[in-house]
Amino acid sequence: MRVLGIESSCDETGVAVFDVEAGLLGHCVHSQIDLHATYGGVVPELASRDHIRRLPALVRQVLAESGCSLAQIDAIAYTAGPGLAGALLVGASYAEALGMSLGVPVLPVHHLEGHLLSPLLSADPPEFPFVALLVSGGHTQLMQVTGVGEYVLLGESLDDAAGEAFDKTAKLIGLGYPGGPQLARLAERGHPGRFRLPRPMLKSGDLDFSFSGLKTAVLNVVSGPEWKPEDAADLAADFQDAAVDVLCAKALKALELTGLSRLVVAGGVGANRQLRQRLDVATRRKGWRVYYPEPELCTDNGAMIAFAGARRLAAGEVPGMACAVKVHPRWPLAALRAPGAA
Amino acid sequence: MKILSIETSCEHASVALLLDGETVERTLEGHSNHSERLLPTLKTLLAEAGVALGSLDAVAFGAGPGAFTGLRLACGVAQGLAMGADLGVAPICSLEALALQGRGDSIYVATDARMGEVYSAACRLSHGLPVMLAPPTCCPPEMLALPAEGRWTGIGSAFAVYGDRIPQEVLDRLGPQQQDAVPRAADVARLAVRLVEGGALVAAEVAAPLYVRDKVALTTAERLARGGRA
Ligand SMILES: Nc1ncnc2c1ncn2[C@@H]1O[C@H](COP(=O)(O)OP(=O)(O)OP(=O)(O)O)[C@@H](O)[C@H]1O
Repeated sequence: MRVLGIESSCDETGVAVFDVEAGLLGHCVHSQIDLHATYGGVVPELASRDHIRRLPALVRQVLAESGCSLAQIDAIAYTAGPGLAGALLVGASYAEALGMSLGVPVLPVHHLEGHLLSPLLSADPPEFPFVALLVSGGHTQLMQVTGVGEYVLLGESLDDAAGEAFDKTAKLIGLGYPGGPQLARLAERGHPGRFRLPRPMLKSGDLDFSFSGLKTAVLNVVSGPEWKPEDAADLAADFQDAAVDVLCAKALKALELTGLSRLVVAGGVGANRQLRQRLDVATRRKGWRVYYPEPELCTDNGAMIAFAGARRLAAGEVPGMACAVKVHPRWPLAALRAPGAA
Repeated sequence: MKILSIETSCEHASVALLLDGETVERTLEGHSNHSERLLPTLKTLLAEAGVALGSLDAVAFGAGPGAFTGLRLACGVAQGLAMGADLGVAPICSLEALALQGRGDSIYVATDARMGEVYSAACRLSHGLPVMLAPPTCCPPEMLALPAEGRWTGIGSAFAVYGDRIPQEVLDRLGPQQQDAVPRAADVARLAVRLVEGGALVAAEVAAPLYVRDKVALTTAERLARGGRA
C-alpha cells in the first residue's frame, strides 16, 4: 500500500510517498521562512497563498522522485488540523479532490500525531508504549502513547509553548525570525547563571509547564538599567538553561510516574542540542532511552503525515468517502481514537 | 464539449456541468459550509448526468477576485480533480462571469471587496461573451471610473453596499443596476468554452487564484516606519 502525504498546516508545504513495505519512497518540504522573514512572523494569508502555489508542483516532483505514478497511489493522507485554518484548507481541498478523482480513500490526519509517530520512521524506531514530549512552536505536551491513536495527555503548557518562548525571547534580545534556532546558537557562546532566571512550575508536582513568566523575566532584564547588548549571549544561555531544565525535569518525571522506559521527543524544539544532551545523559543514568526523529523530519513535513495515515489504514481504519473538505484549526490530540475503535 | 465548473468566490456558491451547450447548475446552500458540500455536490452532479471525470474537456473555476478562502477552495479542488483525472484547468475571472448576466453590451462590474473597497472591471461583449477592457482593480468606491464612452450597465454587490460612496458621474452613466446578481458556476463554464477551443487551458500547477488585492500585510520595516512596533 502506498500513501501520498500532504502537510500544509503552517509555513511549510510538505509532500511524501510512503510505502507500507518499502518505507519512505520520497519526500520534499518547501519552507516559507524567507517569505515571512520580512514580516517578523508568519502571515496566515501569505502562507495560504504560497501553499496553493506550490502544492501541485511539489506533488508531481515527489512522485517523480519516488518513481511512482498517481495511479499507484492507494490512499491520500493530509493534515486536517490543528493549524492555520486557511493553510489547512489548501491541503484539504486539494487532497480531497485528488482522492475523489483517483477514486482512493482520503484520510484527515492530526498534525501532532504525525510529529509524535515520526521517530517510528527512523532506522532504530522505538516500540510502544512510550512517553512523548512534543515541543514545537505551538505545543508543549507530554503524552503517554500505548499505540497508534492511543494518547493520554499527561501534562501541557498552561500558556506559551516552548518554541514560542524561544522565539519571543529571541525577539526581545534582538534576533531575527525565526528566533529559536538563532537563540540556541547564541547561547552556545554564552555562560549561564548570571541572570538567575526562574524555572516556572519546576516544583509544581504535576507535569504541566509554564513559559510566559520566563519570557517576562527576560523582558525585565533587557529593559532594566543595567542591560548591555554584549550580554546577549549570556542571557540566551541562561534562558536556554532554564527552559531545558524544566523540559528535562518534567519529561523524566513523566517516565517515572508512568513506569515507562522510552521517551520520544518530537517537534522543532527537539532539535535543540542542549535539550538532547541533557535528556540523553539523564535517561542513560536510569537505563532509559530517548528517541528522536531523523533531523530532516523534526520540522513539519509530509512524510510523518503519510506515515501516520498508512499506520492507521494498516491497522484497519476505514476512511469515510464523504469527500468533505473540513479542517480542524483546534483539535486536541487526546480526542483521537485508535484505528477501528468507536 | 463537457466542462465541470466551480464558483465559490462569494457566499453564494455554485457548481455546474456544461454538456454540449446545456448547463446544469447546483447552488450550495448555507455559506458557512461550502467546503463540506462542494465535492459531494459535484459527485452527484456528475453521477446524475452519467459523466465520468476523465471524459471532461476541462475543469473550470471562478478564480476571483472575491473572498480569498473561497478562491482557494475552488482552485485547490480544481487542481486536485484535474491532476487526478489528467485534465486541463480553466481559471475564469469571476467578474467576467458576472458580466455574462449583465443586460446590454457594455457592462460595468463592481463587487464588494470588503475593507471599504471594491473590485471592478469594465467589459464589452464580443461574439456574445464579455471581455474585460483591462484587468480588474481593487480601489475605494470613490475612485471608480467608467471608460470614456457611452452608457453602461452596472452589475454586482458593490452598488448596494457603497451606493453613497460611488461618484455621481459614474452613477449618472449607469442604467438601473443589477445589484443582487452574483457570479454563477454555469457562466464560469460558458466562459471556459473559449479557453478549451483556443487551446488555452493550464496545468493544475499553474492554475492560481486571481486575488487582485495583493498587499495583505505590512513588513516589519513598514510597521516601524508608521511608528509601530517590530
Ligand atoms: N535548536 C532549537 N532550539 C530551540 N528551539 C528551536 C530550535 N530549532 C527550532 N526551534 C523552534 O521550534 C519551533 C518550530 O517547530 P515546529 O516546526 O515543529 O513547530 P510549529 O510548526 O511552529 O508548531 P506546531 O507544529 O505546534 O504547529 C519554533 O518555535 C523554533 O523556534
